[in-house]
Amino acid sequence: MTTTDNPHLGEVVAPPEIEEETAADQAPLDRDLMALPPDASVNEYITAWFKRVRSGQSGVLPVVGGLIVIIIVFQIERSQFLSALNLVNLLQQSAAFIVLGMAEIFVLLLGEIDLSLGYSGAVGAAVMTILAYPPINLPWEFAILAGLATTATIGFAQGQIISRLRLPPFVVTLAGLLFWEGFLIWVINNQSPSNGGSIRINNTVIYDIVNGNMSVTAGWIVLAVALVLFGVVSVTRDRRRRAGGLVAPPLALTLAKVAFVAVGGIALVAICGINRAVFTGTTVRGIPWVVPIVIAIVVMWTVLLNRTRFGRYIYAIGGNREAARRAGINVHRVRVLAYTLAGLTAAAAIIILDSRTGGANTDTDGGQIVLYGVAAAVIGGTSLLGGRGKMIDALLGGLVIATIYNGMGLLSLSADFQYMITALVLLAAVIVDAVSRRGQSSA
Amino acid sequence: MMADPTDAASETQEGNVSRSALADRETNPGSEARGGTPDSQTLLSLRGISKHFGPVTALDGVDLDVPSGRVTALIGDNGAGKSTLIKVIAGIHEADHGEIFWSGERVQIRTPHEATLLGVATVYQDLALCDNLDIVANMFLGLETISHGMLDETPMELKARETLTSLSVTSVRSIRQPVGSLSGGQRQSVAVARAVMGDAKLVIMDEPTAALGVSQTAMVLDLIQRLAAGGIAVIVISHNLNDVFAVADRVAILHLGRLVSSGPASDYDRQSAVEIMTTGALSGRENGAREAAARA
Repeated sequence: MTTTDNPHLGEVVAPPEIEEETAADQAPLDRDLMALPPDASVNEYITAWFKRVRSGQSGVLPVVGGLIVIIIVFQIERSQFLSALNLVNLLQQSAAFIVLGMAEIFVLLLGEIDLSLGYSGAVGAAVMTILAYPPINLPWEFAILAGLATTATIGFAQGQIISRLRLPPFVVTLAGLLFWEGFLIWVINNQSPSNGGSIRINNTVIYDIVNGNMSVTAGWIVLAVALVLFGVVSVTRDRRRRAGGLVAPPLALTLAKVAFVAVGGIALVAICGINRAVFTGTTVRGIPWVVPIVIAIVVMWTVLLNRTRFGRYIYAIGGNREAARRAGINVHRVRVLAYTLAGLTAAAAIIILDSRTGGANTDTDGGQIVLYGVAAAVIGGTSLLGGRGKMIDALLGGLVIATIYNGMGLLSLSADFQYMITALVLLAAVIVDAVSRRGQSSA
Repeated sequence: MMADPTDAASETQEGNVSRSALADRETNPGSEARGGTPDSQTLLSLRGISKHFGPVTALDGVDLDVPSGRVTALIGDNGAGKSTLIKVIAGIHEADHGEIFWSGERVQIRTPHEATLLGVATVYQDLALCDNLDIVANMFLGLETISHGMLDETPMELKARETLTSLSVTSVRSIRQPVGSLSGGQRQSVAVARAVMGDAKLVIMDEPTAALGVSQTAMVLDLIQRLAAGGIAVIVISHNLNDVFAVADRVAILHLGRLVSSGPASDYDRQSAVEIMTTGALSGRENGAREAAARA
């Protein structure tokens, strides 16, 4: 090499760049906690997990912890909080928040926001309701599909406007919020002028999405099938990784994870199997249909985000849009598709909401419920800045919001307190997130 | 090294005239009188490259040879045309005039895609990494392996590990950690690994050490030398002459859009390089020659 005979030590014309070693320079030694040798034992995995939690990469832990605290507080205050009736009620209440949170996550991951999802979803749900109502009387499958397609189309159109014209999503979807609110009122009043701004859901299948229950036997069968599938998929994935010479968690850990999920599932089905009829002499038991539906949506969207190119690109664009563009990703297409799927999912959320209340209403507060969707995602741990978040966040965050809502109701606290407490929880979630982030990464 | 003091003196004004003339006779009689095609070790040859942006002349008749297995440092003051030149090579800008030869064959580089197909990989100063994605995802961004419509992580992870190992990037403990948790030097390594993974023959690095501390800089310079040792042609743009002289085999100096000097790195020292960078020429020509003689 030529380095030795170059007399560049003498003259200092361009001063050598003496820079401070930044924190990131020394960081990797103690920071890459996910790094484990291929033959790491269960113990090492658990130690690494604890380290990760301590360093702020805690994932779902703060939400789960917070949820448990809230539940304990409500249970102490009102013993009927953990009754089967109330727990099932809570699940039914949380479903719309959860699904709307998932809708919002598609755009939050891009670092964007969609404020219109509450009302555009309500428009889709209204379309479904009208189609299933006399005189059209469309079968429920087609009515639901039409409703989903309506809001997906709205999302597609708004995504096109945002992406093609390079407009701020906040403003475009704010316009969407106002427009679809007006449209919702117009459609419902136009359809049934005499009904005071609501259209009843008279299709029993649609009504039973939230209000109907699976038989207890069916619940156990579905749970068993789901657990077997989950176990097989988990174990074979690890085995395939190991066969390829890659690091995989030890079998015991994977089985423990499956067992953990199994315990949760069994508890759920068992609780829902208790007769929760309010009137003596009647029987109400079984899991509400909405529960497996919500879980299926979580699983489906999680697979989409984690295991497909589209999902990977959403994260990439949220992380560094310019890098994504230079990597040859069609950023425009991914963004529009994200808005479309957000619309599709929002329609599902409001269909669930309308199914619970029994009809499509002009006074559906789409402006408020969309913020609950955002709050559910953020409380669960999804970042508003993009690139970070999972579908499971909406599940946890939605449960938190519904728990507050439900518990406050049991305590006979009115809307004023519900709003304020929900706001404080949201704030706490953001603070926990920001503080843990500060400790974690300077890069 | 290929250091040859007399060659250096003759190259100061119009790079590689003698060698090019020789190559001209041997391989390509029909080429332009000014440049001619390169010899066989030269991977990339630019002849008379000019680029205008409206009335502004960004590049004016640049001739440059970039050999395989060598580090060529491209230096020059701000606005000298370094960025424009690499953008021409990377296909972001198309040259207005001039010819580009790749392994001795005349080629056109009109788009980044064409550059990639030839084997040109560019690592920009901002690295273009997604901090929230892990190392494997970053290396394969836009090039993911798919099976049955799903991402197939196993081959990607294996290939990523293999590439990082071949670059002797061993300080990274897990290739599944997010890039945001890496140090500056490791991030640079990931960007380079991404660049060379697709069988790159020429790697262009824009200010690879600009944002790095001392130890990280050493790590990246080491990486650059390993790239070259692996037979890849490397072009490094840098403001830091310490780094340039630490790794460069050859130096090319741009001044106001013209390539005013090029040759083996041993023919330059910091003083002469800075003088040429700032003024476009060496005032005391005998000075440089004397130093060259003193070394020889």
